[in-house]
Amino acid sequence: MQIADDVPPGLTALDRPNSYIGRSVPRPNLARLAQGRAQYVSDVVLPRMAHAVFVRSPHAHARIKHVDTAAAKKAPSVIAVVTGAELAKVITPWVGVLTHLKGLKSAPQHAIAIDRACWQGEAVCAVVARTRAEAEDACELVEVEYEPLPAVTDPETALDPKTPLIQPELGDNLCFERKLDAGEVDKAFAESDAVVETTFMFGRHTGVCNEPRAVVADWNPGEQRLTVYHGTQAPHMMQNLFAKHLDLAEHQVRVLTKDVGGSFGIKVHTYADEMATVALSKLLKRPVKFVADRVESFVTDIHARDHRIKAKIGVKNDGTITAFEIDDLTGIGPYSVYPRTSGIEANQIVNLVGGPYTCMNYRALARVVFMNKNVMCQYRAVGHPIAVAVTEGLVELAAAKIGMDPVDLRRKNLFADDAYPAASAAGLKFEALSHHASTDKLVKMMDYPALRTEQQRLRGQGICRGIGFASFIEVTNPSAAFYGVGGAKISSQDGVTMKLDAQGSISCHTGVSEQGQGAEAVIAQVAATAFGVPMERVRVVMGDTDNTPYGGGTWASRAAGIGGEAAWQAGKALRQNVLTAAGSILQARPEALDIRNGIVIDADTGNERIGLDEVARVCYFRPDTLPPGFQAELMATRHYVPRAWPFAFTNGIQAAYLEVDIDTGFVTLIKHWCVEDCGTVINPQLVDEQIRGGVVQGIGAALFEHCLYDERGQLLNGNMADYLVPMAAEMPDIECGHVVSPTADSELGAKGAGEAGTAGAPASVMNAINDALRPLGAAPLTDMPFTPGKILRALGKV
Amino acid sequence: MKPAPFAYTKARSVEHAVELAGRDGEARILAGGQSLIATLNMRLSRPTLLVDINGLDGLDGLALKDGAVEIGALVRHAQAGRSDIIAKNAPLIAKAIPHIGHPAIRNRGTIGGSIAFADPAAELPACLVALGGEVVIAGGRGERTVKADDFFTGLFETELGSDDVLKAIRVPAANAATRIGFAELARRHGDYALVGLAAAARAEGDGLADIRLAYFGVGATPVRARKAEAELARGALDDAVAALADDLDPPDDVQETGAVKRHLAGVLLRRVAKQLMEGRQ
Ligand SMILES: Cc1cc2nc3c(=O)[nH]c(=O)nc-3n(C[C@H](O)[C@H](O)[C@H](O)COP(=O)(O)OP(=O)(O)OC[C@H]3O[C@@H](n4cnc5c(N)ncnc54)[C@H](O)[C@@H]3O)c2cc1C
Repeated sequence: MQIADDVPPGLTALDRPNSYIGRSVPRPNLARLAQGRAQYVSDVVLPRMAHAVFVRSPHAHARIKHVDTAAAKKAPSVIAVVTGAELAKVITPWVGVLTHLKGLKSAPQHAIAIDRACWQGEAVCAVVARTRAEAEDACELVEVEYEPLPAVTDPETALDPKTPLIQPELGDNLCFERKLDAGEVDKAFAESDAVVETTFMFGRHTGVCNEPRAVVADWNPGEQRLTVYHGTQAPHMMQNLFAKHLDLAEHQVRVLTKDVGGSFGIKVHTYADEMATVALSKLLKRPVKFVADRVESFVTDIHARDHRIKAKIGVKNDGTITAFEIDDLTGIGPYSVYPRTSGIEANQIVNLVGGPYTCMNYRALARVVFMNKNVMCQYRAVGHPIAVAVTEGLVELAAAKIGMDPVDLRRKNLFADDAYPAASAAGLKFEALSHHASTDKLVKMMDYPALRTEQQRLRGQGICRGIGFASFIEVTNPSAAFYGVGGAKISSQDGVTMKLDAQGSISCHTGVSEQGQGAEAVIAQVAATAFGVPMERVRVVMGDTDNTPYGGGTWASRAAGIGGEAAWQAGKALRQNVLTAAGSILQARPEALDIRNGIVIDADTGNERIGLDEVARVCYFRPDTLPPGFQAELMATRHYVPRAWPFAFTNGIQAAYLEVDIDTGFVTLIKHWCVEDCGTVINPQLVDEQIRGGVVQGIGAALFEHCLYDERGQLLNGNMADYLVPMAAEMPDIECGHVVSPTADSELGAKGAGEAGTAGAPASVMNAINDALRPLGAAPLTDMPFTPGKILRALGKV
Repeated sequence: MKPAPFAYTKARSVEHAVELAGRDGEARILAGGQSLIATLNMRLSRPTLLVDINGLDGLDGLALKDGAVEIGALVRHAQAGRSDIIAKNAPLIAKAIPHIGHPAIRNRGTIGGSIAFADPAAELPACLVALGGEVVIAGGRGERTVKADDFFTGLFETELGSDDVLKAIRVPAANAATRIGFAELARRHGDYALVGLAAAARAEGDGLADIRLAYFGVGATPVRARKAEAELARGALDDAVAALADDLDPPDDVQETGAVKRHLAGVLLRRVAKQLMEGRQ
């Protein structure tokens, strides 16, 4: 890592006196959130605000023959009833493609369906009324005449010639296809001592946010400006898209994102109903609010996963992995989601399978097909949980087949810790990973040998426990390679503007945003450290396109690594500016000064020279006393984007320890471990909680969560009783450990940590279940989520 | 998720509640609201009038009377869970209550509401059947009692008419010979069970008599496994488990298939039989 020039040798820039880097500082927004003083979009109430509710298609696929709005228009308090055709006069449709995903295609999607509804839950008409309740009443009066059309719901037959086309103008139901062939796969399999082949299934699921999607749009015709209060992860991206599709300039649109009650990737997309709400505000010239209710969330919040992967691994008897091969098929919705597309997850899987290992023979095919089901897009850890489960599932099956300990087999094949820079078979570039150090640490944390002994002992008593591992790599800190190069106006760079106020505190305006994960705290820690004030004297301003530098927001584990570095650089720059001013006041050389604990000091002796308040006072109120020609600049802006590497890969390994009740098929999670390497750890507690929360969502995928569709495209369990989110009582203790390999692309050296937990948890749970059941002769379970019924069937009990 | 419009009245007495409920064809009694409000919000039901019985005198009693435990309709799950009278005299109910939802739900939800709502996967209806209890009902034509075995008539359907108010449930008080057993399998703590079993019996010599096995989550109502009861009375546990094939025909649902549920019912029978044999708890 780069050593900044202003610190003594042996220490890094991060070790400045009173550094907050590496400390579990309580997050500044804690009290506000805990006292119920947060401001979520649902809390926003504006004068003359109306509520939008959508009539949604009960059919997975139907022609909309007629929409009769007459009765609804007469209902109490109704302001407007608007069909898709009417709204299309104010808002243009969009197409979710990226040019770097070659061949990816999709059809124009409208804010409200016009001729056809293509999934159960798609909005077909909007009702705007003074209250949500009255709008819902009026919705029941809208009469839609549908002609049901055959629904395409099975990915396996989506490409058959006799399957109806969801978007006839596209010519087929294929959204995207990618092939990769690296090394000599056939030869490698032929030369293997053992080959394991199986099919993995990953159930469709979704990210259930505490706060549902919400938007309040306020078009002010007097100002010709649109203000959108939006629970989004990417305010600037949405500013651009609202402008583009409402025929406005970006400067006419302000997106305000205050508190967001969780997002997990769900809130980084363009949603038809949110776009419609914004268009309704423009149409009606008044504020309009839409807050998705829980039931509509299940049929409209993006779904994810839903992959069928035929997979194959070859090994030598000494444990050397010879080749990987996968054939991935995934059924998305009727449209590729805008603007990030529904092709990224499959693309990521192709990229990531085999990623931790040195094996260079790898073949992959991925096909993404349209379905008449809810749309699919990026959800926490995009593709990783699947790629990791496939890779690690194969690795443990291979280890079992050749009779080798699964940890030993990994050690034999993981990239060596001194092998970097390195590249994977799929061409991923690694700057510095620590697979072996992480594995060693994990094995020690869990006391692996003792655990195996305990497992054996309990097996004698008929208790069936399993240990499963998952090594992983994780994409973080994305450069423009993710979206920008594909033509999407999604910023990978981010900026921070820092300014000194008249009393010597700083405000720190950043383009990254807070979703509850603690980005605000991390930015404050970095800013306070870089500039030299206590954290109480830092105010972070985020989520306001009028008042923050242009930036990407929060996704792909980027806020700390990218936003943090921008804050670091801005803090250094402002410190320099303030010291120049102080030097001018004190008649001292700025280089001989520093700022510590909010006071300008002599860098050498630490002697206090002048308070920041005094510097600010002179610069703001008595600039006449400064030398002629000197202009103080008590505000600085810096931007950062990773340039040396397309992504800052992190790595890690997880282990699950669990018990299977072989009578009931129920799984009890006993303990979970995760060691990961996100580079510089800015706030250990926040990192650990990111890992833990991520692990829990991964466990959800492995055991509980599943959007169940029937063959007609009806979602069967779209409510909180039937869709099982993982809950605290069923979760194990999750112990976290860290290895630190900072990225040299930034001075801060921080990589992302938001998705590592989700990436590895499903694989480790799956492997642990199979480890538990293997001695009983059960066929390996590879079909997530692992319900009691599936386990009982594997055991031959039903 | 807002309910369709409805009117609301707070009843002044049980008689008043009966009268209000009878006056309006689409009236619904409001107790803890933990089930009713959800069905209203999802517009699965749309009554025109809610008759609020919360706070009415005479509905929140909990007492031992003439060899029976009488639990007033408005006794909250949490209150029942804390009650010594229930712990001593209706231990099956005490054992079942922690499985009902979560603390917030148990604080509001009522015993009467649970029985009246008659969710086929709910714990208390099955307990009532297992204990051979009865339901005390106030209606337009006065008060009547209905035996638990007759009370649950179909999916969310009971003997309660549109102008009936459930006043209390009564279960025989436990004595030294009473044996009870309870087990359920739910994916997450607090969920409605995939399958559950509430059981009661009388110890007789080394064996059991008057066995009542009431399954929940396997049909439209709590389901008595009568053949299994008979086999168990003979001390033939394996045969009792096998008899479930005749006794139960659980339908597939979104969580599991009927076949899995039937298998799980057998597992529960073994676990509950063990509890029944182990003596009074
Ligand atoms: C998240 C969640 C989880 C739950 N989990 C469980 C569970 O695991 N097991 C379980 O058993 N229950 C569960 N419940 C339901 C809970 O136990 C309810 O409280 C109970 O089913 C109904 O009781 P209530 O007092 O809330 O009735 P209400 O919701 O007020 O009424 C329910 C129905 O009964 C009628 N009714 C109520 N009282 C009377 C009366 N005295 N006379 C006539 N009719 C009456 C009402 O008209 C209505 O139709 C859960 C609820 C929630 C929200």
